Amino acid sequence: MSAIPSSPLKAEVKKLNFYYNLVQALNDVNLPIAEKRITALIGPSGCGKTTYLRCFNRMHDLYPGNRYEGEIILYPDQLNIISPKVDPIEVRMRISMVFQKPNPFPKTVFENVAYGLRVRGEARRNLLEEKVEKALKQAALWEEVKDRIHDLAFNLSGGQQQRLCIARALATNPEILLFDEPTSALDPTATSKIEELIMQLKKEVTIIIVTHNMQQAARVSDYTAFMYLGEIIEFDKTDKVFTHPSIRLTEEYITGRFG
Amino acid sequence: MRINRRRYLTQKVAKILIWMAALSTMGVMALIVLQVLSEGIPVLSPRFFLESPRSMGREGGIFSTIIGTIALTVVAIVVATPLGVGTAIFLGEYTREGRISRVIRFGIGCLAGVPSIIFGLFGFVFFVIYLNMGWSILSGGLALAAMILPTIICTAEEALKAIPYSFREVSYSLGGTKWETVTRAILPNAMPGIFTGIILGVCRSIEETAVVILTAGSSLIIPTSLFSPVRTMSVHFYILAREGISMEMAYGTGAALILLVLFVNIVANWRLNRYIRKRA
Ligand SMILES: Nc1ncnc2c1ncn2[C@@H]1O[C@H](COP(=O)(O)OP(=O)(O)OP(=O)(O)O)[C@@H](O)[C@H]1O
Ligand SMILES: [Mg+2]
Repeated sequence: MSAIPSSPLKAEVKKLNFYYNLVQALNDVNLPIAEKRITALIGPSGCGKTTYLRCFNRMHDLYPGNRYEGEIILYPDQLNIISPKVDPIEVRMRISMVFQKPNPFPKTVFENVAYGLRVRGEARRNLLEEKVEKALKQAALWEEVKDRIHDLAFNLSGGQQQRLCIARALATNPEILLFDEPTSALDPTATSKIEELIMQLKKEVTIIIVTHNMQQAARVSDYTAFMYLGEIIEFDKTDKVFTHPSIRLTEEYITGRFG
Repeated sequence: MRINRRRYLTQKVAKILIWMAALSTMGVMALIVLQVLSEGIPVLSPRFFLESPRSMGREGGIFSTIIGTIALTVVAIVVATPLGVGTAIFLGEYTREGRISRVIRFGIGCLAGVPSIIFGLFGFVFFVIYLNMGWSILSGGLALAAMILPTIICTAEEALKAIPYSFREVSYSLGGTKWETVTRAILPNAMPGIFTGIILGVCRSIEETAVVILTAGSSLIIPTSLFSPVRTMSVHFYILAREGISMEMAYGTGAALILLVLFVNIVANWRLNRYIRKRA
């Protein structure tokens, strides 16, 4: 562990342990998350990337037997988001997630993007329309769907569906946006569109992205954490990690010798 | 080579047996329906539907029994749907698998296997006598509701289970509460399945006799309130045939009953397809 980011922190993970019942999946993880930067998580399959990401919006609370230890401090208010005293819904109001597979609801494009606004009680039509349009523009989807905003979301292509899911997550102005391998189900063209989009988004929101694709991490992220067996092995500026990794294991992984 | 031939033969025999099973089922059903319809349809006329029975049903039509059938079914559905869907939501979304949910499921399983006459007896003892509601639309509707409750719960539960888990996760990840997740992300998608269960309940209510005789009575007078006794078409058919009052009228009633159930199913299917097409 080295390299405290020079930019201000949006969150800080301190001594995080996570257990699926008795199985420990994360082991004393520490990690600073820089504000309005992209932090990438890389590592071989099963090392705990998804587990780690899902701690940030308390997704593990949906299933019985899961247990957190340690702290994830959210700045500026220094809220420990994994404290049992903090309502997971409150956390999810501030931290949104984009899943691996595009997963729109069987609703219209509009209603998909409006979902998070509606559960927050927003019912004013003009405000909904305004925010949906803004989110779709942010997700670089507006031009493609503006004429069929009331069509079913399933009629969009896979890449468009994933950008729709990004718009849906953006519509409520989250402070952190989590991506779990957002392009693994997409073709190269759709992938590069999403990568471009993610790089655009960091102007407005802090991003954590899990990826299997090392080139992707190198292309889009500012910081990279390499995980192995539930631990963070190395964390540094992305170009440092990919050019001069300080730990053998990291080097072996990014040069494709295992994983 | 020999094995191949044996497997080929097995395959052939199985296919023939399965076809025979399906065809004989369809054959028996067709026979019954055709028998009733061919005897009954000549009796049908606008007057048959719009006039109330006279002299025990020997003459006149079946108007009051149509009203009785509709009234009982409506009460049964209005009571059983919220209870059944609510229970299914409770089982599927609000409890983790545990002792409570196992006890409830066991209870539902038992209820589903109970012959309808037991619901009739229960309704008679509890609603008619104990709660002093007499033979009435209310007693009958409530007893029918108890009878169709397991069906509605089971179909609704299956429908809820079929919703991909990702919809729940997305809804929660966007800050949804459990209630918002159930009402906005889950129920709309489970609607077709839940609706199918309700229609099943409608058909069973229309067809039921044992429960209705014991709880709603067999009055041929047009009901004026929820506390009026009524006779349904099924009961009318049963009484006409059993007491040998008029086989002709019995067949007419039977034909009307079959047409009603057919009508309900066709309309339901049409609505369902429209709903599904609109969302997918
Ligand atoms: N629900 C669960 N219950 C028990 N163990 C789990 C559960 N989910 C994941 N695990 C275990 O936790 C470890 C980390 O899994 P995780 O899904 O976080 O890995 P990952 O790095 O995201 O892998 P991948 O790159 O394949 O997505 C694995 O050993 C996995 O088997
Ligand atoms: Mg994963």
